[in-house]
Amino acid sequence: MPYDIEAMNNNTPILTIKNVVKHFDISGGLLDQLKLKNGRIVREKTTVKAVNDVSLTINKGETLSVVGESGCGKSTLARVVMGLYPPNAGEIYYKGDRIDHLTHKEMLPFRKKMQMIFQDPYASLNPRKTVKQTLEEPLRFHNPKMSRTAIHDKIISVMKQVGVDPAWSSRYPHEFSGGQRQRISIARALILDPDLIVADEPVSALDVSIQAQILNLLMDAGRERGLTYLFITHDLSVVEHISSRVAVMYLGTLCELAKTEDLFATPAHPYTRALLSAIPRVGETKPKNIKLKGEVPTPVNLPTGCVFHGRCVYANERCINEVPKRTLLDNGTLVACHAVEENRDMD
Amino acid sequence: MSHLLEVQDLKVKFALRFGDLTAIDGISFTLDKGERLGIVGESGAGKSVTGFAIINLLSKPGFIAEGKVLFKGQDLSTLPGREMRKIRGNRISMIFQDPMMTLNPVFTIGTQMVETLKAHRNITTQEAEKIALEKLRKVHIPSPEKRLAQYPHEFSGGMRQRIIIAISLLNDPAIIIADEPTTALDVTIQAEIMDLLQELCQEEEMGLILITHDLGVVSQVTEKIAVMYAGKIIETGDTQTVVTDPSHPYTRGLIKSLPGALKTGEKLYQIPGMMPNLTAIPPGCAFNPRCNLKDEICLKEVPLLKRTEKGIMAACHMI
Ligand SMILES: Nc1ncnc2c1ncn2[C@@H]1O[C@H](COP(=O)(O)OP(=O)(O)OP(=O)(O)O)[C@@H](O)[C@H]1O
Ligand SMILES: Nc1ncnc2c1ncn2[C@@H]1O[C@H](COP(=O)(O)OP(=O)(O)O)[C@@H](O)[C@H]1O
Ligand code: SF4
Ligand code: SF4
Ligand SMILES: [Mg+2]
Ligand SMILES: [Mg+2]
Repeated sequence: MPYDIEAMNNNTPILTIKNVVKHFDISGGLLDQLKLKNGRIVREKTTVKAVNDVSLTINKGETLSVVGESGCGKSTLARVVMGLYPPNAGEIYYKGDRIDHLTHKEMLPFRKKMQMIFQDPYASLNPRKTVKQTLEEPLRFHNPKMSRTAIHDKIISVMKQVGVDPAWSSRYPHEFSGGQRQRISIARALILDPDLIVADEPVSALDVSIQAQILNLLMDAGRERGLTYLFITHDLSVVEHISSRVAVMYLGTLCELAKTEDLFATPAHPYTRALLSAIPRVGETKPKNIKLKGEVPTPVNLPTGCVFHGRCVYANERCINEVPKRTLLDNGTLVACHAVEENRDMD
Repeated sequence: MSHLLEVQDLKVKFALRFGDLTAIDGISFTLDKGERLGIVGESGAGKSVTGFAIINLLSKPGFIAEGKVLFKGQDLSTLPGREMRKIRGNRISMIFQDPMMTLNPVFTIGTQMVETLKAHRNITTQEAEKIALEKLRKVHIPSPEKRLAQYPHEFSGGMRQRIIIAISLLNDPAIIIADEPTTALDVTIQAEIMDLLQELCQEEEMGLILITHDLGVVSQVTEKIAVMYAGKIIETGDTQTVVTDPSHPYTRGLIKSLPGALKTGEKLYQIPGMMPNLTAIPPGCAFNPRCNLKDEICLKEVPLLKRTEKGIMAACHMI
């Protein structure tokens, strides 16, 4: 996942996410929806507003990371991209073809080109299948004419690439450690020679000493195969290391989209600033003093105006009433904040 | 000169079908009033088991096989259950990663705090409520009077963790053991909680044992560190010395493998292999299959903790 200038220049978006909205209805049955209000029984639906009007494009060969705290909608966005959830509104394009709301069959050719890696390698591998069976299945499914030997060779080469001894191909997932299982999930994602990999917290469940191994593997595979990554994580030091661009999310909303160097050198959005200043680093001797107020609201009752206003020290009347639009800064950063747009004093 | 807490040669085993499994293999450390100790290491290294062993709350097949846990000179490892319960949650409190391990979803915060207090002291509900309010204020919960009547699900993750801290403070403990207290939280909330824990240690002269896998957090919050590997402490001493100038090859590898020091996209340093399963610890130094400095002796003899020139302790034949 190098910062590939070439890829940034030719600017062919491999993936376009346009005004995507995803809400979940969690009201339960009719009885759960009935509430007593002012002495009258009313029916009330509860919706989780997980992703609200998010737009971004990913160019060929780049690694775009999505960061934000737990529950801010990162995984939901990833699943909408993969066609696992239909969006309530908005569109997803893969190399110009619209792919949201496709039938299972229509989605097949895209499935092959877009693969996903999950946080929990325990849950994402079928415990009853050997490594060989796990890797064989997608190959046979998408390439029915492929010969036995070709399949065998492909499995061996991918296992070697991810650093799992091919001699272990008849073992089951429980016989492997967490790090090895994540290698096998990566092998499964690579075996169809995809163009785009959506990786949802692929190293978060792993120990520090294993994280470095897996990140190196992903970066190497990216370089060798010219992969594009949509990388989801809450770990900012990982983000800084692997991404070409970063999207910061808060309560389902995109706050800032910037080149990695710019984001870390000159974060624009107040939430990005708070996040970056809070990264604990080795060698520091005091917890950071974060200038944030209030509590994180739930995505069920979204705040009016800017979703961050309750915690933002720069918030004013306008922030409470009006949703900030995206502003384009000189360095290409996109930021949704009234204070930045108005040049309010922020020091 | 006696310490607030002194763990001596602690060995914890789990009685399993095929025999006893040694999870903690002879660890020793001390904690003084107001001191903050960080325990780090990878998953399965024995951090949580150490915490549970101190408060004598090991789950079923686990037991303390050898060693002592001296709290103000009294050995907790042999204390009868009833007396241990008095110490637990009263003199030594534990905070877990998952707040719902402590909070009961069907009772209000107020009820839970009052009941906890009444279990340990002979006081009225009114008196208990007063103490509960004072502790909620101490952890910076806004309008605590209103909050007492609310249920756990009405709080955000960060606030819930602060309420847990308030509960753990109810009986003015001498020591708090916090096991990954912020792993589920955003870095901005994590920073607030860590700041709070540090403030409490200073103001109340409380001892803190912070269990975490995050070396950055340990660096910010603690003054003493113990690095665990496969059930043993392999390096311990002044936190800043250990994290900025580590001695043991494992600690050195860990610090080196952190992203952040390198340029974007550069290959990260990686320690080969993984921590051995406790059933298959290699002879000699447990780190030897992953170590690039190993020698003959590392395959035969278990290295013991020795004081180094830097004034810290490390268990490695090559130091
Ligand atoms: N009830 C149990 N029965 C058998 N073995 C156990 C039991 N509980 C813990 N162990 C073993 O003891 C060792 C230490 O576990 P412990 O939970 O202390 O690790 P840890 O360092 O806290 O790891 P993590 O970072 O994953 O929380 C592990 O090998 C674990 O499998
Ligand atoms: N299938 C679902 N049903 C109901 N709510 C959901 C579902 N999936 C996610 N959510 C909710 O949507 C919000 C965003 O979740 P998610 O995308 O998983 O966050 P992240 O990956 O950023 O941690 C959360 O409030 C979560 O509880
Ligand atoms: S729009 Fe207003 S509330 Fe939102 S981040 Fe900007 S200044 Fe803060
Ligand atoms: S004792 Fe030997 S194997 Fe163990 S860490 Fe030291 S040099 Fe490496
Ligand atoms: Mg997620
Ligand atoms: Mg643990």
